[in-house]
Amino acid sequence: MAEGSIGAPVPRKEGEGKVTGAARYVDDLAFDDLLHGVSVRSPVQHGRLVEVRYGPGIPWEELVVVTAADVPGRNAVTLLEDDQPYLAAELVHHAEEAVVLLAHPDRYLVEEARQAVELEIEPLPAVSTLEESLAGDTAVWGEDNLFKAIGIDKGDVQAAFARAAGDPDLVLVEGTYRTGAQEQLYIEPQGMVAQASPAGGVTVWGSLQCPYYVDKALAVLFGLPTDQVRVVQATTGGGFGGKEEYPSMIAGHAALLSWKAGGRPVKIVYDRAEDMRATTKRHPSRTEHRTLVDRQGRLVAMDVDFVLDGGAYLTLTPVVLSRGVIHAAGPYRCEHVRVRGRAVATHLPPHGAFRGFGAPQSIFALERHLDRVAAAVGLAPEELRRRNLLRTGDTTATGQEIAEAIDLPGMMDRALEQADWSAKRTRFAEENARPDARVRRGLGLATFYHGSGFTGSGEKHLASSVELRAERGGRVVVLAASTEIGQGTQTIFAQIAADALGLPYEQIEVAQPDTARVPDSGPTVASRTVMIVGKLVESAAIGLQRQLAAEGLLEDDHDAAAFARACDAYLDRHPELASTARYTPPAGIEWDDSTYRGSAYAAYGWAAYVASVAVDLETWEVKVEDFVAVQDIGTVIHPKLAAGQVEGGVAQAIGFALSEKVVWRDGAMANARMTNYIMPTSQDLPPIRVHFAPVAYEHGPAGAKGVGELPMDGPAPAILNAVADATGLELDALPLLPEELFELAEGSGA
Amino acid sequence: MPEVEVSLRLNGEEVRVRAWPMERLLDVLRVRLRLTGSKEGCGEGECGACAVLVDGELTNACLVPALQVEGAEVWTIEGLARTPAGRALGEAFVQCNGAQCGICTPGVIVASKALLEAEPAPTPERVREALAGNLCRCTGYERILEAVLRAAGTAGGGS
Repeated sequence: MAEGSIGAPVPRKEGEGKVTGAARYVDDLAFDDLLHGVSVRSPVQHGRLVEVRYGPGIPWEELVVVTAADVPGRNAVTLLEDDQPYLAAELVHHAEEAVVLLAHPDRYLVEEARQAVELEIEPLPAVSTLEESLAGDTAVWGEDNLFKAIGIDKGDVQAAFARAAGDPDLVLVEGTYRTGAQEQLYIEPQGMVAQASPAGGVTVWGSLQCPYYVDKALAVLFGLPTDQVRVVQATTGGGFGGKEEYPSMIAGHAALLSWKAGGRPVKIVYDRAEDMRATTKRHPSRTEHRTLVDRQGRLVAMDVDFVLDGGAYLTLTPVVLSRGVIHAAGPYRCEHVRVRGRAVATHLPPHGAFRGFGAPQSIFALERHLDRVAAAVGLAPEELRRRNLLRTGDTTATGQEIAEAIDLPGMMDRALEQADWSAKRTRFAEENARPDARVRRGLGLATFYHGSGFTGSGEKHLASSVELRAERGGRVVVLAASTEIGQGTQTIFAQIAADALGLPYEQIEVAQPDTARVPDSGPTVASRTVMIVGKLVESAAIGLQRQLAAEGLLEDDHDAAAFARACDAYLDRHPELASTARYTPPAGIEWDDSTYRGSAYAAYGWAAYVASVAVDLETWEVKVEDFVAVQDIGTVIHPKLAAGQVEGGVAQAIGFALSEKVVWRDGAMANARMTNYIMPTSQDLPPIRVHFAPVAYEHGPAGAKGVGELPMDGPAPAILNAVADATGLELDALPLLPEELFELAEGSGA
Repeated sequence: MPEVEVSLRLNGEEVRVRAWPMERLLDVLRVRLRLTGSKEGCGEGECGACAVLVDGELTNACLVPALQVEGAEVWTIEGLARTPAGRALGEAFVQCNGAQCGICTPGVIVASKALLEAEPAPTPERVREALAGNLCRCTGYERILEAVLRAAGTAGGGS
């Protein structure tokens, strides 16, 4: 048997081309006879389209012009609902909604043409915030402006609150918390190339996370069977959820132009401003907490009201809401829990998938709130958490019994120790008390979890599959639709297949996702690629071996040469050697979508993070000076890739907490530039110290769970807890920019 | 203004290319010369994905008009990757997982080359400073730092 590659930092399959400039991203692909496509977008937030005027000075006869009237199939982006059009026809529901598409071989001319199109839109009343939407004075969507309302009930919150009245042993702590929109800000903007014609079908190449989402959407847009649609992923320059649902839109636009141009290839690549203004962002949120805690620091009842702003169309919002609601009560024991979740419609560009998917919002609120709960009963933040953290055998808010052998207090202690928590607390208190101190330092903690894979029965419905094919000579190819977007999908699939087959890592190839070639292994989202799809890779590998063993060609204990001989012998008898694995839920994973009871996720990642910050009392700048991230993600398949996921997630969350503010003006992002939407640079970040506390998960490949989203959840509350510790200010909203901190400090007289 | 012919020394070779006088060097490289290793992340000099060396100076190719490189010595990632220093950086980035999605990587490697040329043994703080003009959304910069230090031979890169 080959020495196992799981757990070893093997060289990445995707590494070489990325460091020489050879990797081809969508904008790098060469096509003959290429047209450049652009989108004419609504400057109005909500209104009725009266007329489209094509201005003077443009050779319009040379341009390909597409409007809603040109759609051959259905003008609706296929996802959960069909409310969102590819091109607005009569009404526009948000600023930057596309109305007209143009294409021309000359990319400078097509840009001039775009500016020469005038959209006459009669404005209608517009709703820009979740509060306005909840007030209901202006209709945005359906009867009540609600995309979705869901609830969790555990125990009896109402009775617990009734009993608490007048009980001196119980303390009520209330708070309201808010988070703003956040831009994914992948460094490669969205882009697609399409070739579409009635005779040739539709093919797109592009930057995307979920090939089959695009495939299904294009089939509906053109009214074609899916075998006439092909989606090929180009090397993709980051996604973070931003390339989960939006690529269906841009692929559709490019394909509509190509269709009208008689099948000539059309490329649409957004510039940064268009990408930031027109595509999805993280849902803004408001969370209200009412918590009953006893004098010993035990959580007695938690009542949570969680609201998301979904923007103008439904897109994935109900699912984002679901994850936010399920994570809203955190990894804590509490007998009585009620969570009410609502997602409202506004006239903003639809908010969508972004790493964490609702959980960073509700976890921020909870972890910030728990520090205030701790203070209310005179406990340190870590002590309150220690008394309430879930143990094996406890149940979550949805009634799921935790079967994993977790040790959350142990993980928290490790994080505190690594951060030098006790000594630093004492030292910071002394230093902060000096009258001449210009800088105050503080420490903050967050303990949290994140479910791996689709929520509830989602994985069962997806029923993903993966195929492995073996060739003469023993080379094995993994076929899956799961995309590499920077996280190392091809590498970990190759590691898992190699170890399951007892082969060297180098002998495994992973096919580039192409819906003409790979089966649907589901979308590359929800921290599911390793745990769910990786498990299918492992199962298909075992299936391949069984086929060889069944014909007496392979012993259990084999080397690469024996495997190669077995493949050759098998292929002498059969036309092909392939094995497919399809997802089936592990036993005991039951979920009731009508009551929100049961196993919300098959497994969770668990974590304890500590932030150490310095607040400059003159500039009010917050610097994160040290960051410790301790987590259990099950078996670590590739230590460097896994650490990279955590470090990158923490960095993105530091931006979420301290600098990344979307400024809305007339329903559009006013600061749609990297100059004034500020993500962290190398100088803004502390050393991010990553520690894994692996507990093997029995149903994951080699014991692995998911990692992608977990690190997005904890840093923001840990950082705000640290800033509150340093300054004594009441902090309840993200992002916390220096000017906001200054105003809070002025207001409090601190 | 009509197209003009621009002569430059590109990746060690003499090149003549037609371009509009104010055409961005980035478009000359990517569209006219099909050197697509330099990437466009923002188009306004913030992200550094299009970084190249012009007469040894670290430069964002999205901000430089074609006319300005007349007679200049320009190095892009494609050329640098073939030099011993560029190869060492590339290998260190692969070893350390310094590239995740990879879109910022060419610019980061060009900037790292410029740094190591000026300071063969930088401190981690100096690397952070020198790469502050190269935005990376994937890594949190930890592995990039490790890779540059490894290429410089000033740190073991954790292995």
